[in-house]
Amino acid sequence: MPVVFSLSVVLSLWCVAGFFAVAGVAVLAGRYRFATPLVYGIAFLVSLVALTSALLALTGGEPTALRLPLGLPWVGANFRLDALSAFFLVVINLGGAAASLYGLGYGPHERAPLRVLPFYPAFLAGMNLVVLADDAFTFLVAWEFMSLVSWALVMAHHLVPANTRAGYTYLVMASFGTLCLLFSFGVMAGSSGEYAFAAMRATPPEWGMALIAFAAALIGAGSKAGLVPLHVWLPLAHPAAPSHVSALLSGVMTKVGVYAFVRVAFDLLGQPTPWSGLVVLGIGGITAVLGILYALMQHDLKRLLAYSTVENIGVVFVGLGLALAFQSNGLNAAAALALTAALLHVFNHSLFKSLLFFGAGAALSATGERHMDKLGGLIHRMPVTAVVFLAGCCAISALPPLNGFVSEWLTFQAILVSPQLPQLTLKLMVPVVGALLALSAAFAAACFVKAYGITFLGRPRTPAAETATEVDRFSLAAMIVLALLCLAAGVFPSVLIDLLGPVVTGLVGTRIPGQAAMPWLSIVPIAQSRSSYNGMIILLFLASSGTFTALVIHRLATRATRRSAMWDCGFPQALPVTQYTGSGFAMPIRRVFGATLFHVREQVDMPRPGEMRAGHFRVKVFDPAWRFAYGPLVRVVGVTATRLNRLQFLTIRRYLTLVFCALVILLLVVATWR
Amino acid sequence: MALTYDLIAQGVQVLVVLAIAPLVLGVTRKVRARLLRRVGPPLLQAYFDLWKLMHKEAVLAYNASWLYRAVPYVAFAATWVAAALVPTYATGLIFSWAADLIAIVALLGTARFALALAGMDVGTAFGGIGSSREMLIASLAEPAMLLVVFTVALVAGTTQLSDVAAHMISSPVGLRVSLGLGLFAFVMIALAENARIPIDNPMTHLELTMVHEAMVLEYSGRHLAMIEFASTLKLTLYFSLLICMFVPFGLAPAGAPLPALALGMAVYVAKLFVLAALLPIAETAVAKMRVFRYPVFLGGAFAAAALAVFLLFVSQRF
Repeated sequence: MPVVFSLSVVLSLWCVAGFFAVAGVAVLAGRYRFATPLVYGIAFLVSLVALTSALLALTGGEPTALRLPLGLPWVGANFRLDALSAFFLVVINLGGAAASLYGLGYGPHERAPLRVLPFYPAFLAGMNLVVLADDAFTFLVAWEFMSLVSWALVMAHHLVPANTRAGYTYLVMASFGTLCLLFSFGVMAGSSGEYAFAAMRATPPEWGMALIAFAAALIGAGSKAGLVPLHVWLPLAHPAAPSHVSALLSGVMTKVGVYAFVRVAFDLLGQPTPWSGLVVLGIGGITAVLGILYALMQHDLKRLLAYSTVENIGVVFVGLGLALAFQSNGLNAAAALALTAALLHVFNHSLFKSLLFFGAGAALSATGERHMDKLGGLIHRMPVTAVVFLAGCCAISALPPLNGFVSEWLTFQAILVSPQLPQLTLKLMVPVVGALLALSAAFAAACFVKAYGITFLGRPRTPAAETATEVDRFSLAAMIVLALLCLAAGVFPSVLIDLLGPVVTGLVGTRIPGQAAMPWLSIVPIAQSRSSYNGMIILLFLASSGTFTALVIHRLATRATRRSAMWDCGFPQALPVTQYTGSGFAMPIRRVFGATLFHVREQVDMPRPGEMRAGHFRVKVFDPAWRFAYGPLVRVVGVTATRLNRLQFLTIRRYLTLVFCALVILLLVVATWR
Repeated sequence: MALTYDLIAQGVQVLVVLAIAPLVLGVTRKVRARLLRRVGPPLLQAYFDLWKLMHKEAVLAYNASWLYRAVPYVAFAATWVAAALVPTYATGLIFSWAADLIAIVALLGTARFALALAGMDVGTAFGGIGSSREMLIASLAEPAMLLVVFTVALVAGTTQLSDVAAHMISSPVGLRVSLGLGLFAFVMIALAENARIPIDNPMTHLELTMVHEAMVLEYSGRHLAMIEFASTLKLTLYFSLLICMFVPFGLAPAGAPLPALALGMAVYVAKLFVLAALLPIAETAVAKMRVFRYPVFLGGAFAAAALAVFLLFVSQRF
C-alpha cells in the first residue's frame, strides 16, 4: 500500500496531538483559576487550525494518507483524509471552535472544573480521530475513546441523581453500538482479516454478508446518531452535560454517527441494494416524526433540544435512504441530489443546534432554570440572546430564508425525483416519507414556537426569570457567529453545495450541477425548468417590502403609539401563572397525535366548589421505545440472570465440564465455518 | 429595454395582488351577507377599514417587546412576497424562479411562525390559545399541502409555478382523477389555512372557538391593519394558487405583448371574483367545527391528496 505523505492529514493529526496536549495541561493545571480560559482558549485556536486544514483538504482534491506504527503490529494505525472525512472534520471543528469560544464565558461557572476541562479537548481529539481513521482497529479505538470521554463529560455533574442514570444508560447504549460496529467490521474483514479500509473497499462482501454488515453498521452508527428506537440515551445524556458540551454532543457527535454510517454504507460496502434504501428511508421518516413529537411534550429546554436532534437525524437519514435507493438503481444523479441534501442538513443542523444549546445554556446560567414553565419574558432581560436564539429557532423550523429550509427543500426535490425508481414498494414508500417529513417540519415549527414563546416571551413566571441578566461577551460572540453563519448558509447555499461537490462525487460517482455559475446565485438542483430557489432574492424582497411598508405607514399614516395595560378581551389577569404553559401549548397536538402513539393519560383532580385545596392536573406520557422495546428486554435479562445465577455455585468438576463443552462447541463452529 | 419591460410586468403583479386583495374580501363578505339575507357592507369596506386602522394610534401592552411590534411587518412582508411570486396574469415573469411552490408554502409558514410568536409575547391566555391552535392546524394542514404539491409536481414535472401553469395550459392534460382529488384536498387546506368556516370563523370575536383572531387579539391600530391586510392577501394568494395550479386557462404566456397581458389580467380578475363568490356559498352551507374535529376534516384532505399521489406513482396517466 503506497503511503502518500501530505500536509493536510499530518496537520490534522498534529491538531489532534494539540488537543491531547491541552488535555494534559488541563490535568496538571486544572485546579488553578487560569486553567479554564487557558484550556478553552487553546482549544479554540487548535480547532480553528484544524478547521482551516479541513477546508483546505476539502477544496484541495486528492485524498492523503498516513500510516503510524501504532496499534496492531501488522496493521498499524492508518489515517486518511479524503473529501468525506474533510467535510466531517469541518463540521466537527467548526462546532468545536464555537463551543470553545462559548466555553471561555460559560466555563468559569463550572463548580468542579477538573471534571470537565481535561475531557473536553480529549473529546474533540476523539471525534477528529474517528473521522481520520482508515482502518477498523483505529476507527473502533477512536470511537470507543470518544464514547468514554463524552461519558465522563455527561457525568460531570454526577451528584444529580438523574445524571448518573443518564450516564449509565449512555454507557450501555454506547457499548452496544461499538459492539455492533465491531461486528460489522468483522464481517466486512471476512476470514482474511484485513482491517484496513482500503482492503475492505477492494473486496466488498458477498450479498448475505453485506446485508449483515449493513444492518450491524446501521444499528451501531444509528445508536450514536440517535435513530428511533436507539435514541433513548440521547435526551437523557445530552442535557446532563454542561451546555457547551451538550452542544457538541448534540450538534457534532451525532454527526460522527452519521459519518460512520455513510462511510460503511456508501464507501466500504460497494453497490447498495434497494432494500437497504427502503429500510433507512422508513427508519428516517419514523425517527423524524417521533423525535419532534417527543420534543413537543418536553418541559426541560435542553431535553427538548436533544429530542429535536433526533428529528433532524431522521431528516438526514431520509436523505441518505433516498441516496441509497437511487444509487442501487443506477440513478446516480438523483443519488447525488439526495446525498447533497443529507450532508447539507448535517452541516446546517450542527450550526443551529449548537446555537440553540448555547442559548439554552445562556438562559440556564442567567436564571439557574432549565424548566421552561419557570422562565418567561427573557427577551426583555437578555436582548441579544433572545435575537440569536430566535434566529436558531427560525432556522431549525425550516423557515426561508434561513439555512434549515435549504436542506429540507433539497430533500423534497430529491423525493420528487423518486417516480424514476423501478421498485413499487420504494415508489409508494417515498411519498409517505415525504408526508412524514412535512409533518415533522410543521411539528418543529410548533415545537420552537413553544420553546421560544414560553422561555423568551410573555411575562416572567419566577423571580429568577425576572432578575436574569445578559450573559458574558464570549458566549454572545459564539452565538452571534453561529446565527450569522445560519443566515449566510441560508442566503448563499450555493457555496456550500459546491463545497460538497467532491464529497458527493467520491461516494456516488457524480454530483449535482455546479451552483456558482447559476444566475443570481440561485440553487438549481436539476434544471431551471424543474425547480429553483434563491434565498438571497427572498431575503432582499422580505427586507425591502417590510421596510417599505413600515416607512409608508409611519410617513403617510401615523406612528402614534401608546402604552397601556394588556387587553386580553377585557379581563386581563395580573398573575403570570395564568399564561399558557409549555404543556398547555402542546395540549392540542398531544391529544390529536399522542393519545394512541404515546399512550398519553391526563388526570384532572378538580376540587369541588367551595373546597379550599389546590386542583391538580397530571399528564403521563409513555415512551413506546421504553414500553415495547427496552422494558421487555430488561425483564428478559433480569429473568435470565436469575436463572443463570445457579452457575455461580458449582463444584470445580462441573466448571471444568462447562469449559470443556464450550471449547468443543467453538471448535465445531470454526470447523463448519471453514 | 426588455429588462425594463420584464420588471414592469413583475411590478404590476406585485401591486395588483396588493391592490385587489381587500376587494376580494369585500366580494366574499357581500355575497355572504346576501346569502344570509342581509344587505352587507359596501364592497370597498375592507379598504375603509384598513385606512381607518392605519390612522389610529397603536396601543401596546406595557410588557410588549420589539418582536411584537416587528411581527406585523414581517408577516405582511412574507405574505406579500409569497403572493407576488405566484403567477397571476402571466407566466414567466422575471422573478418567477426565485421561489418554487414549496418555497412559497414555506414563506407562508414564516408568516405564521411570526404571528404565533407574537400571540405569546404579551403573555395572555387568549394569545396562547390562539398560537397553540394555529400550530395544530398548521401541523395537520402542512403534510396534506405537501402531498398536493407532489400531485401537481408529478403531473407537471416541475415545482416552478410558472412552468406548472404553462404545462397545464399547453399540453393536453385533460381531466385527471389525481388533479381532481388534489383540488378537493387543496380547497379543504385553503379553508383551514385562511381561518374560514368550518375550521375557524373570521367574523367572531370574544369566543373561545376562535383561533386566528385570538392570536392577534392584543393588536390595534396600524399593527392590526398590517395583520388584517396580510390575511386578506393570504386569501387572494390561495385563490391565485388554485387558479395557477388547477385552472390556469387564460394566463398570458411568457413575453406576451401588451394586449395579451391585459386580457390575461382581465381573466385573472374575473376568476378571482368567481372564487370569492363561491367561498361564502360553501361557508354558509356548513357549521363551524369544534377543535378536536379538525383532524377528521384535514385528515380527509390528507387522504384525498395521498390517494392522488399514489395514483400518480402507479401510473402517470391518472
